[in-house]
Amino acid sequence: MISQCKQLLNKISRIAYEEVRVELSGGEIVVQCLKDEGVEFIFGYPGGAVLHLYDAIFHQDDVKHILVRHEQAATHAADAYARATGKPGVVLVTSGPGATNAVTGIATAYLDSIPMVVISGQVPTAVIGSDAFQEVDMVGITRPCVKHNFLVKDVKDIAETMKKAFYVATTGRPGPVVVDIPKDITDPYIKIPYSYPDAVVMRSYEPNPQADPKSIQQAVDVLLAAKRPVIYSGGGVVLGNASQELRKFTQLLGFPITQTLMGLGAYPATDKQSIGMLGMHGTYESNLAMHESDVIIAIGVRFDDRVTGKLSEFCPNATIIHIDIDPASISKTVKVDIAIVGDVQPVLTDMIALIKAHKQKNSAADLKSWWVRIEQWRSVNCLEFDRTSPEIKPQAVVEEVYRVTKGDAYITSDVGQHQMYAAQFYPFDKPRRWINSGGLGTMGFGLPAAIGVKLAHPDAEVACITGEASIQMCIQELATAAQYNTPIKIINLNNRYMGMVRQWQEFNYESRYSQSYMDTLPDFVKLAEAYGHVGIRVERPEDVKPALEKAFAMKDRTVFLDIMTDRTENVYPMIETGKGHQEMTLRVAPGTPIDRELA
Amino acid sequence: MRHIISILMENEAGALSRVAGLFSARGYNIESLTVAPTEDSSLSRMTIVTRGNEDVIEQITKQLNKLLDVVKLIDLADLPHVERELMLVKIRTNSTTREEIKRLSDIFRGKIIDVTNNSYVIEMTGASDKLDAFIDALDTHSIIETVRSGPTSMSRGANGLHL
Repeated sequence: MISQCKQLLNKISRIAYEEVRVELSGGEIVVQCLKDEGVEFIFGYPGGAVLHLYDAIFHQDDVKHILVRHEQAATHAADAYARATGKPGVVLVTSGPGATNAVTGIATAYLDSIPMVVISGQVPTAVIGSDAFQEVDMVGITRPCVKHNFLVKDVKDIAETMKKAFYVATTGRPGPVVVDIPKDITDPYIKIPYSYPDAVVMRSYEPNPQADPKSIQQAVDVLLAAKRPVIYSGGGVVLGNASQELRKFTQLLGFPITQTLMGLGAYPATDKQSIGMLGMHGTYESNLAMHESDVIIAIGVRFDDRVTGKLSEFCPNATIIHIDIDPASISKTVKVDIAIVGDVQPVLTDMIALIKAHKQKNSAADLKSWWVRIEQWRSVNCLEFDRTSPEIKPQAVVEEVYRVTKGDAYITSDVGQHQMYAAQFYPFDKPRRWINSGGLGTMGFGLPAAIGVKLAHPDAEVACITGEASIQMCIQELATAAQYNTPIKIINLNNRYMGMVRQWQEFNYESRYSQSYMDTLPDFVKLAEAYGHVGIRVERPEDVKPALEKAFAMKDRTVFLDIMTDRTENVYPMIETGKGHQEMTLRVAPGTPIDRELA
Repeated sequence: MRHIISILMENEAGALSRVAGLFSARGYNIESLTVAPTEDSSLSRMTIVTRGNEDVIEQITKQLNKLLDVVKLIDLADLPHVERELMLVKIRTNSTTREEIKRLSDIFRGKIIDVTNNSYVIEMTGASDKLDAFIDALDTHSIIETVRSGPTSMSRGANGLHL
């Protein structure tokens, strides 16, 4: 009898639970929204204004919170998680300093169009504007570096605002979205019925422009009549998941392809049609091919100044076709002849079909002589460096990392010479493997980014190629790596200089090395050990390979490799600021004769 | 070249600062900006007068369109349009100048909306150059203050900027 009563009571309570919509507090709603979005990780740091939210996080296990040691790192880790997976990164920070610390990472994501949702706490609505403790106008501060931002003023608006935030961050040209939530909005005692909207409509937001079929046809006509074509592809292909289409398109046409720093991996770098990166530290063959081309098809790129060099000399004889999802990218710096505004994946699919069906084909003789020309430039071997040096060459280290990881690792980097060496000497064959701050150029990105990537892909090799200056900007994250057991390999190319600053000072300031020298470096081996990791110092070229093999063999440990590299090595080739693609500075190295007549 | 960009935008807090911030961040110039809610209280209509070559104006309109608060916009310089600006001018008067200023104001279709023993406030609407002409016709020393709304504008004919 008693058990029957109990059963009945259970039944009744279950029915009641199902029929009455669940009532949740604002803090619980935020967490429930994240669950309903399928968010796996939230990177954050608690503080006064988000305590209600953190209490809601405490009561569940579905969304895993990753506690960083500085809010900047939370944004970089979430950003890299997004770059490596294509899913939005999620960040939670408190008001005031928590929010401002996150700004560098938000701007980093903005410049590289990375989908990210940043939830920041705010002081209670009643005191907004009164210079309250830890108050800062987050919506105002982030306005120029977000795709959009929201201030939530009513608990009833949370669910819809969160849906909008994810929708805006992940559609169209992606980008970071900030949701600023005052503390009283997450009050645990104010509960309302919760439901998460399936979709939101915003009358002012049309993220998927349909490309004009006429311009696609026109572009195909121009491409198939080209004599000296170049495919110039970028980060948009990675973001738009159009790597497969890009491969088909490129192989169908047989054209040379050059990729931007942000686009590396979208087309396999080891394929013969790949002529390497272009721009300031791009290859000789890429830049000269661009300069001499008659048709350029720019795919998911934004004609960044580091790519174009001097604008008035950019591709002087080329008809330029540009595919981009963002109309504002078209003709922003370089006037284009044929603009295709649309999502790169369907556009390339349409183009492939049209090319296959087209009667005209490129002249095989023209393409052949174009390739002969390119092979001449390629034979200059512009990236070659001194392999007989008694010093450790940073390029040789990156080559060895490539060999040891069989070219299949996720590589994050910081900013400077090491970033360029990584881009030049680790040929990426898959998209989303190369994780770096290309647009904003944020030192400190690499280590938290590696943690974010490792959380996303726990079984993959993840290495952070960095320098002794950059790594110190977020070095505290070694603690986060220990806490969450994210075994990553840190390849510190230690040249005791801010290498890229020093290089520019050598070239442009008669070697006056103003403040680019670091004379009190920590003992990185001991530092790594202090955080509970393995530290290895490498001082001789012959020790590089065994040290890397040893490090990558330790599958369950984070290893910090402090590699003492040649202090005076420079990144070549280089287009100096204000010069055109045809004016590359090449390394004049002993034993590598360079036929300058080719230029 | 001078362009009048007319914008329908969400009538929400922060929308104005997004537009103004865009202009300052990207180095575009704003000659004037005027904004108020429309008959649909969810929308505001903004009129911006700016200058730039075709490339700059193209970028301005594209960047404005990217803002999530901007619902629709139109560059009125491309179309036949009417343009009006409101100006209030406070002028120092005395018994000898009163008649002359009133006559001048009448010529420009101005209205005297405030009178004291030593001042007038004149209300005047028109295209911006007409208002400039009125100011030029006045004795500069007699002007106490002026305030202008900046131009507002709409296209001629039955078509218009609406949802």
